[in-house]
This record gives sequence, structure tokens and C-alpha cells, in this order.
Amino acid sequence: MSTYSLSDGLASGAPRLSRTPLLASWLRESGVGVLASIAWIAFGLSCLWWQDVGDWSRTHSLGIAAFVIAAVALFGTVGADYLGSAGRALHKRAPWLVALGAFLTLWELATAKFAWLPLPFFPPPQAIIEVYTDDLPKLLDSVLASVKLQLGGYLIGATVGFLTGVSIGWSRAVGYWVHPVLRFIGPLPATAWLPIAFFTFPSSWSASTFLIALATGFPVTVLTWSGVASVSNAYYDVARTLGAKPSFLVLKVAIPAALPHVFVGLFMGLGSSFAVLVVAEMIGVKAGLGWYLQWAQGWAAYANMYAALIVMSLLCSGAITLLFTIRDRLLVWQKGTVKW
Amino acid sequence: MVEAVALADIAPPVAAGAALDIEQVSHAFDIDGAELPVLSEVNIAVEPGEFVALLGPSGCGKSTLLRLVAGLDKPRFGTLREDERRIRNPHPSRVVVFQDPTLFPWRTVWDNVALGLEAQGILKSQRHRVDDALDLVGLTSFRNAYPHQLSGGMAQRVALARALVNDPKILILDEPLGKLDSLTRITMQAEIVALWQRKGFTTLLVTHDAEEALVLANRVIVFSDRPARVKADIRVDRPYPRHRGDPYLADLRRQILGLLGLDATW
Ligand SMILES: Nc1ncnc2c1ncn2[C@@H]1O[C@H](COP(=O)(O)OP(=O)(O)OP(=O)(O)O)[C@@H](O)[C@H]1O
Ligand SMILES: [Mg+2]
Repeated sequence: MSTYSLSDGLASGAPRLSRTPLLASWLRESGVGVLASIAWIAFGLSCLWWQDVGDWSRTHSLGIAAFVIAAVALFGTVGADYLGSAGRALHKRAPWLVALGAFLTLWELATAKFAWLPLPFFPPPQAIIEVYTDDLPKLLDSVLASVKLQLGGYLIGATVGFLTGVSIGWSRAVGYWVHPVLRFIGPLPATAWLPIAFFTFPSSWSASTFLIALATGFPVTVLTWSGVASVSNAYYDVARTLGAKPSFLVLKVAIPAALPHVFVGLFMGLGSSFAVLVVAEMIGVKAGLGWYLQWAQGWAAYANMYAALIVMSLLCSGAITLLFTIRDRLLVWQKGTVKW
Repeated sequence: MVEAVALADIAPPVAAGAALDIEQVSHAFDIDGAELPVLSEVNIAVEPGEFVALLGPSGCGKSTLLRLVAGLDKPRFGTLREDERRIRNPHPSRVVVFQDPTLFPWRTVWDNVALGLEAQGILKSQRHRVDDALDLVGLTSFRNAYPHQLSGGMAQRVALARALVNDPKILILDEPLGKLDSLTRITMQAEIVALWQRKGFTTLLVTHDAEEALVLANRVIVFSDRPARVKADIRVDRPYPRHRGDPYLADLRRQILGLLGLDATW
């Protein structure tokens, strides 16, 4: 912000500069777009100019795709004014397009063209694209398996954790019995249960669901509990003088007041459940992205590993984004919440 | 005033105010193992429809007494009765406007005012009462705002509306106007008197301001330092609306400030 106000100040202080030449002002507006376009053209050229040092089938298509992106970046940013919100969004992200294009160019040169990086371990971009086009069914199956397992475990863990947290926070008797158990078992990393769980549960799938639920449940329980416990007595007093029954106090006072805490627990639970998911898939469940990674490692298929990692990070990030969206919906009454 | 009349038309005039008997009430708190006596043998008999102001030094136990009347706490000794029935629990016939507005931050203004009706399970058929109460405190246009978007005075007005919507028999006010600017304060004082006259509920008002007590109340009770005892029980037989410059009130005011330990030259 300060740089903007500084340049504004300069411009007004020196009227001679205010009549900037047309080219300069055009460059300031669209310069990033042009740069982005150049970066992607460079990437396209780097694909097509030299011969690959290895045998990859998608090099040509990738080069063409890079040129298409370069064209979109150029016309999108130059014509941003005519494209409405899409144009504005593109313009905002143009610096990232520049960086991405430059990074891909370097990567292409360092791997496929001159092999500066040791080859099987650092596959070029076209190798990863090849995985997405040629190994798609298997990858999709893995994604589906992972999502199913994660979703089931997380929902169970979050629900049980929430209910337990509310009960401990509300009832002294429940607290008396559950609190010590929670203290004893909760801090244990859920993965420590892995060997036992895979023996005692009827299937590795149910064992993994249990572990993911456990990893989610602990933080959700603790934070829901602390949220309920920290609700100001003044709220209860107000509700009671207005004729509220205990059920109203729980559902309409304690829970809404504790909700910000609950969401912190849900975020923490999501993070730790991802870790459990991947480990469980690698060790026990013969499906899912974790297993795909393991399998790719067995075949020294490094491109497949990178491809799976990228998908995994998109999924995890998507899950977090979804949770943020839900939170922002439910907690509109809070001011100053973090933007994800 | 037009909207106020509308409220009176719609809300059924429930058997106006209730009598309140505070008999030999003593109360104490335990702080770090030591006992802190707060109320000492307080006796007050309030007749139905009376407007009683409670005055006393800060920290003497006024809010504590109000909590006992509301039924939020039980006294260590003595009894409190509403119309001969012993007060053991909170009941919506006795509504409190607390010293802090304590609005629920997760509810909009409208939903905050609707709280009592919702808790009693009668909101569905009585939604208009919420609208009327909001109208009465002049916050209709803020019905969808959240508490953090309100000023302190507006929040206090919402708290007042939240109490009034229940048609209480005893309205308990704990310095409800303390945070308002002097102009809004005078307006709200007039509103409270008008409401009280029309509805006839019994009112207990805690205030620091002797003048406010005298302009509003039938009866002013002055407490001693902690532990609070009733130091004086003063009738204020003056018709409404009262004038702040009334020499009779000015005389009483001097008397009260004397009781509170302030120099009588005020
Ligand atoms: N829940 C509590 N636990 C312990 N002590 C308390 C509690 N509530 C009040 N007290 C003590 O009781 C005394 C009276 O408090 P109270 O809130 O009734 O005063 P007050 O007359 O309303 O004062 P003010 O005019 O400043 O609001 C104070 O000394 C306070 O420290
Ligand atoms: Mg007080």
C-alpha cells in the first residue's frame, strides 16, 4: 500500500510526470500480462526447441498447450476490461503466471533437455502429464477410495468428538468419567494404534476409519469442551431469566457460543486425519492415494509419485477450503476472521 | 408514542404488577475461604405496580440483591416472595436488564429480542411482539444487524426491548441507562415511565444517579456500605411527568446525597 501512496505523491508533486507517454501507461497496465505470456512462450519453446534426452510422448502436446496458455494470458490481461470479473481475476493472478511459466521453463530445461538433475528421480513436466493421461483410471480409483475413507472417518470422528465435548463441558458426571480417559488416550498419536487396529478390526478399511475418526475426534472433543466451558455465565443468566429450559441452554446458548472453538478443533482434526489416512493407506488398505504412492515407489515410477502428490495436495487444500467456507457461513457474526 | 400505543393494544394486559416481599434477606460470598457479607437483613415490601429505585455506594450489593429477586441465586438467609409465592428459580414474569447488555453476539438484533418468546416456545404465534418491542426502542432499521455493529447505547436499548417483549410482572433494571449519553438517557427515562404507567408492572431500578431515581420512582431506597442494609426508605409523592428543577425533588436529592455521605452543599 505504501508504495502506491508514494508514487501517487510523486505524481502529484511533479506535474510534468503526470502526462506519461501512452506506451508507458499501457505497459504499466498490461506489462505483467505480457511478461506472463513471454514466460509461457519460453516454456513452450523449451519443450519444442531441443530434443528430449529421454522417451516421453507428451512433449509436443505440452509445448502447444504452453503456447495456448501464453495466448490466453496475453489477451486475457490486455483485454481484462472487456472480460468482466474473469478478466480481473486473471489480471490479479498474472504475476503468479509469470512465476509459474519461468519455473516450468527451468524445470523443463533442467530435466528433459539437459538432465542437470538426476533423471529418474526428477521427472520432467511431460512425464507427469503422461501419468494424468495414461494412468487416469487407476489414479481416479485411488482418489475415490481416499475421499471415501477420509470422509467417513472424519465425519464419524467430528460428530463423536463434538457430542463428547458438549457432554463433558455440560455435565460434571460425564466429565468425571470421560476426562481421565481423554487425558490418557487422547495425546497418543493415532498412528500408534495402527498395528493393533489392523489385527482387531474385521477389515483394514474399518480399522482405518476408526483411526481417522480417532485422530479427528481428539482435538474436536477438547476444543468443543473448552468452548462450552468458557461460555460466559452472563449468557446463561440472561437466558434463564427469560424462561429458558436446560435443553435451550445447551442448544441455543452453549453450542453457538462454543462454535468458534469447535471450528478450531475441526481444522486441527482435519490436519491430523490426513496424516493418518496416508499412513493407513500405505500400510494396510490396498487402495487410495497413499497406496498409489507406495505402489509407484515399488516400481520406481517417480513421475507417478509426483502426479499423486499434486492430486493429494489439491484434495487436502480443497477440504480445508470447504471447511473455511462452512465456517464463514456459520460464523458470519464474528468480525475479523482469517481469509484462507 | 404511536408505536407504544400499538404495543399496548396487541399485548394482552396481563394482571399488571406483582407484589414483592424481601424478608430478612442476608447474603454473603466466599472469597478465598473468607466470608464476604454482602447483604445484611434487608427488608423491603414492594406493592404491586410500585416503582422502586435502589441507591447505594458502588459494590454495596445492589446487583446481588437483584440476582436474588430474579431467582438466579438463593439467599443464605431470609426469603423472597413474588405474590406470596416463594422465589426459588428464575421465571419470565421477572425479567432483568443487566448492567451489561450481554446480547448474544451470534444472534441478530431481532433474534436477540425474540429470545424470551423463543425460550418459552411461543415465538411462532407472537412474532409481532418482537417487531413492536424493536419499534418501541427505535431500532427497527437495525433488526438484522449483529451486536458488534451496534453502539453501546443501542445495545442497551436492545437489551431493554428483549426484556419488555416478555410482558413481565416485575421489571428489574440494573443501571440500564448508565452507558447512554445524557440526551438518549432522558428520552429513555421518559419511555420507561410511560411504559410503566401504561402496563403497570412493578419496577426495581438500581441507579447511581439520585436525580434519576427521583425523577422516575415512587420510592427510593438508600443502602449503606457493604454489607448493604436499608438506610432510608423515601416516598416520592409527586405526579408525573416530573421536572428536574422541582424544589421538592431538589430537597430530597440533598437529603439522599447526605445519606450517601456526600456533602450536602451539592
Ligand atoms: N459471584 C460473586 N462471587 C464473589 N463475590 C461477589 C460475587 N458477586 C459479587 N460479589 C461481591 O459482592 C459485592 C457486591 O457486589 P454487587 O455487584 O452486588 O455490587 P453493586 O452494588 O451492584 O455495585 P455497582 O454499583 O458497582 O454495580 C462486591 O464486593 C463483589 O466483590
Ligand atoms: Mg451492580
